[in-house]
Amino acid sequence: MRHIISVILEDEAGALSRVAGLFTQRGFNIESLTVAQTNDPTLSRMTIVSSGSERVLEQIVKQLNKLIEVVKVTDLTSQDHVERELMLAKISSTSKEGVDLKELVEIFGCKVVDVKDKIYTIEVSGKTKKINAFLDAIEPSNIIEISRTGVTGISRGKKLI
Amino acid sequence: MELNGAEILIDCLQKEGVEHVFGYPGGAVLHIYDAIEAQDKITHVLVRHEQGAAHGADGYARTNGKPGVVLVTSGPGITNAVTGIATAHMDSIPMVIISGQVPSPLIGMDAFQEVDATGITRSCVKHNFLVRDISEIATTVKKAFHIATTGRPGPVVIDIPKDITIAKMEQEEYPESIEIRSYKPTTKPSNRQIRKAAELITKSKKPILYAGGGCVIGNASEELREFTRMLGFPITQTLMGLGAYPMTDKQSLGMLGMHGTYEANMAMHGSDCVVAIGARFDDRITGNLEKFCPTAKFIHIDIDPSQISKNVVADIPIVGQTKQVLQALTDELKDKQLDDISKWWSQIEDWRKVDSLAYAKSPGVIKPQSVIEALYEVTKGKAIVTSDVGQHQMWAAQYYPFDEPRQWINSGGLGTMGFGLPAAMGAKLAMPEKDVACVTGEGSIQMMLQELSTMLQYATPVKIVNLNNGYLGMVRQWQEFFYEKRYAMSYMDALPDFVKLAESYGHIGIKVEKEEDLKPALIEAFNQKDRTVFLDIITDPSENVFPMIPAGGAHCDMLLAGRDEMVSKDETDFNAV
Repeated sequence: MRHIISVILEDEAGALSRVAGLFTQRGFNIESLTVAQTNDPTLSRMTIVSSGSERVLEQIVKQLNKLIEVVKVTDLTSQDHVERELMLAKISSTSKEGVDLKELVEIFGCKVVDVKDKIYTIEVSGKTKKINAFLDAIEPSNIIEISRTGVTGISRGKKLI
Repeated sequence: MELNGAEILIDCLQKEGVEHVFGYPGGAVLHIYDAIEAQDKITHVLVRHEQGAAHGADGYARTNGKPGVVLVTSGPGITNAVTGIATAHMDSIPMVIISGQVPSPLIGMDAFQEVDATGITRSCVKHNFLVRDISEIATTVKKAFHIATTGRPGPVVIDIPKDITIAKMEQEEYPESIEIRSYKPTTKPSNRQIRKAAELITKSKKPILYAGGGCVIGNASEELREFTRMLGFPITQTLMGLGAYPMTDKQSLGMLGMHGTYEANMAMHGSDCVVAIGARFDDRITGNLEKFCPTAKFIHIDIDPSQISKNVVADIPIVGQTKQVLQALTDELKDKQLDDISKWWSQIEDWRKVDSLAYAKSPGVIKPQSVIEALYEVTKGKAIVTSDVGQHQMWAAQYYPFDEPRQWINSGGLGTMGFGLPAAMGAKLAMPEKDVACVTGEGSIQMMLQELSTMLQYATPVKIVNLNNGYLGMVRQWQEFFYEKRYAMSYMDALPDFVKLAESYGHIGIKVEKEEDLKPALIEAFNQKDRTVFLDIITDPSENVFPMIPAGGAHCDMLLAGRDEMVSKDETDFNAV
């Protein structure tokens, strides 16, 4: 099963490689990993999407907690949460398809952020499923390049990590 | 007063109460060595190879419980130490390793003797630091010792670039304690879990205590003894736990696992309640997980939550220090009525009668088991015994019943050949008044021979008991059993004359080839109080370690000495109780 794990850790050199190293060392799988500073500049927040059985997930959480620089670990999947991912996609477009593309942009509620050499750069954000659906709607040969951030997530309401 | 980084570092080590540092100098640590030379509180032990430094500090830490300290230079200095660091990591040994690094501006430039020390050691340390400024030295050292010695102990590396040891600053007060917001190990168990565990224990009809290295490292031996005696339960100990409970006591079933006793493994297999205390259900203990303890409920006590339900799902997990948990359980169970387990004991006594450690003597050859028995007799069971890795390690564990914790020093988790000799040196430095024996084989000893030189320089007299069978015995045993006797690379040809070798290092060498010379040689060796004696004992090359659970087997499927058939118990035997 897919899990979204939020990790608060000290914003120190090497902390990221400790987490990444842990996943390879123990054979845990990573679908995506995002990391950036939080509103407290001494802390980073990392969101890891992983999959595995309940026992594997239990080990992932415990092993992450064991890292000295990790302050807190939560499996967001088990609680009420919001998740988003952002993608920048470069789509080439002939004039006819250009019409389709504008329609698609409207349907998916995304934005055209740039155009150059008849190539549109489109910003899509939402759940992973939505981004995948957008990509499915485009003729594959027209997809020039994509860059996705991976999932980030946060719990709803008063509950903190 | 203004001090340079090296002086601050040494001052910090002194304030941590460090008495011995095991190390080897080199370019990146010359300032640190300069600072060591200028003081006399810390004795530096100059090893002959950095792996020896790590094992020496490790043996020291295992013997007296204080953190072992290592000092090595950058590049090959730290890479040579990695095997020793990984060894300590697997067995949860508190150590602080200080490695020099190339000057900060050269980091990443492929400078002479540069390696990414924190990168290389990341997966085999509890934590590591790269010091970036002279002002960080004191807090980093404080953090390193705190992390190394608390919670589940382990090695911590501090990598210090050379320029930081040269820089100067006004000396600041060394912190007395330190708070790390992201590191707060649980020590006290939850009352609720204690009550649940106590309830299960009172109801169990076929209980067994399974004690591991956490009882030794956690200094919980006293509590374990009180708890075990109060309950009257059988107890088995892992390779790492030997001595936590006296093995000569009648409640002790000896070691369990791949080369454990018949009674210990059968009792595990038949048990309805396994209380794991500071043990981690290693594959050498459990064998085939699917067939492991089929009827048991598990209470699992460990300081490290990640060990719980890793290999075996715990019914009642208890996170906490073994010492505190055992105290709490003892208090909880003090006035409780236990189930009658006399039938269980009589079943165990029947298993004990199988006498699974019996071995056949044959005239004209020295049996390795008899060497360990003689060692036990000559040292009256009181010596600190270190070992290397292989058959001799198993025989030492089986035939030298340890009665005290920290008496048995071996590389259990990583299984590092070469560990025994430098560890013996460290043990002797930690406990100079004790007899120290290093049980080894002609394969293992050759991996760290150079430390014989260090042992002369620092006058650490130990007795080396070399079980010389001309083979990498454990490899040969597996090849005999599982590779149709194709003995690929397990024969040790062109061995040195160990007697002359020992003598050339300034020690005493004695070769023993006859059974009748064995005891007199051991007595002679231990009478040489201030000399290291190398006993090269020629043993039976065909001897195998029994009992044995073949890889993938269950605890009830054991190979016993002198029997062609595997002794396998069907379910009815266990249901009889």
